[in-house]
Amino acid sequence: MPHVTPQQKDLPLDLVVAIGLQLIYGIAHLALISIGLAIIFGMMRVINLAHGEFLMLGGYVVVVSTNNGVNIWVAMLILAPLIVGLIGVIVERLLIRWLYGRMVDTLLATWGLSLLLIGLVTSIFGASTATTVAPPLGVLRIGAYSSSAYELFLIGVTIVLGIAIWLVLKLTKLGLVARGTMQNAEMASALGVSTSRIYMITFGLGAAVTGLAGGLLAPVTGVLPNIGATYIAKAFITVISGGASILAGTAAGSVLLGGIQGVVTFLSGPTFGEVGLLLTAIVLLRLMPRGITGRFFRKSL
Amino acid sequence: MKQTGTLREMRPTLIFAFLGIVFMFLAPHVLQLFTIINLTTAIALAVLALSLALIWGYGGILCFGQVAFFGLGAYVYTMAAINFGGSTWAVLVAIIVTSAFAAVVGYFMFYGRVSDVYLGVITLTVTLILYSLLRRTSGPEYKIGKALLGGFNGVSSPPINLPWDTRTLLFPEHIFYVAMGALIICFVFAGWLVTTHFGRVCVAIRENETRAELLGYDTRAYKLGIFTIGAGIAAVGGVLFCNGVGRITPDVFGLYNAALTIIWVIVGGRGTLIGPIIASFALFYLTSALGGQSLLNNNLVLGVILIFFVLLVPKGLAPTLIDWVGARRKGGPTRTRRRNPRGTDA
Repeated sequence: MPHVTPQQKDLPLDLVVAIGLQLIYGIAHLALISIGLAIIFGMMRVINLAHGEFLMLGGYVVVVSTNNGVNIWVAMLILAPLIVGLIGVIVERLLIRWLYGRMVDTLLATWGLSLLLIGLVTSIFGASTATTVAPPLGVLRIGAYSSSAYELFLIGVTIVLGIAIWLVLKLTKLGLVARGTMQNAEMASALGVSTSRIYMITFGLGAAVTGLAGGLLAPVTGVLPNIGATYIAKAFITVISGGASILAGTAAGSVLLGGIQGVVTFLSGPTFGEVGLLLTAIVLLRLMPRGITGRFFRKSL
Repeated sequence: MKQTGTLREMRPTLIFAFLGIVFMFLAPHVLQLFTIINLTTAIALAVLALSLALIWGYGGILCFGQVAFFGLGAYVYTMAAINFGGSTWAVLVAIIVTSAFAAVVGYFMFYGRVSDVYLGVITLTVTLILYSLLRRTSGPEYKIGKALLGGFNGVSSPPINLPWDTRTLLFPEHIFYVAMGALIICFVFAGWLVTTHFGRVCVAIRENETRAELLGYDTRAYKLGIFTIGAGIAAVGGVLFCNGVGRITPDVFGLYNAALTIIWVIVGGRGTLIGPIIASFALFYLTSALGGQSLLNNNLVLGVILIFFVLLVPKGLAPTLIDWVGARRKGGPTRTRRRNPRGTDA
């Protein structure tokens, strides 16, 4: 039995690191596009079909404001979440709050909203790509391979975002009240919590996080009015596979699905990566209809 | 006795079918060829509307991805027709493959007891994945037998020929007859299906799944059954569609078309078959008319329509109209049926 198999010889360290980084980026990307949806779904049991359009709006905020001379970091990290969060609050007040407890109708109404936003943005900016922004960070060299430093930055942002959400939910008064409302809205309301306000804030925060994600991804993907469609399938399947817990669910869903997508992509090209992701999710839901966190880590956030 | 009971119940269906037949024979004499070709596409979409009206309106299955079966039917037909060199078997293969695909997806969803909303999201995801998968198949290596998938640009579909006579291809005006005939047959079939024991059990499941289950029905099997039949009807629509348009592209799986299907059923009304069919024709001509101007975007108008109906006319037009007429005729409140199984998971 030889000590070093041929395969190991063929796989140099820099390639392993590059592929590993790609895999982690895939997972982080999935988590980033899903977390806003997970907040709204986990807290309010509302599946927001306009999620993809919130991502799209975040992208447009970044592109439009950088074209008007705003620093790209300010545009991505402050303006995008702020503006999309505000839009989220307006949407909640005008549309969502009439439909609480009617899951199917909420789903349909947010789908209407999604079409409305696509139509609105197309009317304003046109159907083709608005001027794009370049990724603000350069190239990272890993031995003979290169990777985008911006991808590394996105991985970092995803981790920081996850920790921030955990801290807000666990340590602040808002988080406490929100978790209480999530567990038993009537009881929270009887104890003097304005559940309507909590829902409004939650929806706004979910939208803000989504806007942030959309803004951060704008330099990578460019922006188009109907770019939301490319995100939502993956975001939904991640959140539903993950289950109702916001952080643990998103993390579990994106690690499993992102990991499988990465491996399948590596083995057979990107065409089948998404198919692998979908098949895994469908089989997973046959085994665990309530998602991963419906079966494991049930007490987690 | 039982026979006449079914006939009486199917009377509205048969009246609409008769009107359809009259239209089928009158239209080509009155309308221009261009309108007839356009109408063929509209009819194909009406078959799609009918299939969703059946599985959502009667089966209570919230399927957001009915276009997946429609598009799959069109693709399978095109692939098979190119490979077989004729359309006879291709049509059958399209219906069978699509139903089988629906049965597999449905097995995982219904036997996994995936609830309403999740079901909608999963079927939508299946559709969008098909969309992105087929868009990437532009290289020459992506082919099924002799037929290239063509990626982004799609494939041109061979027209239907006479059964077992591959040399006599049908002209567009003939395809109109085929399409209208298929729509009427599917409509009568669906209308008959909902009066059968099977159809009644499906309605019972829609109204209250737990109660139906406690009465001893295997609700999963019934849901899977009506879902598979609906997918087969959608595949018929797909075959007609690629014949009407002349080609099939991945755009058929897009979010816009998926939304459109839902909007037909919402606007037409859940719990009727004719409502969504009429809504599909109406919206087809509305969106065609909107296509001619640039002030209002199609997406914008459809979004507003969808939000308007969900908030203000949640039952849809046909049931609201039936209730209104019934109330006027009887001079009092009509029996109110709970038409949609909402709030089961809330």
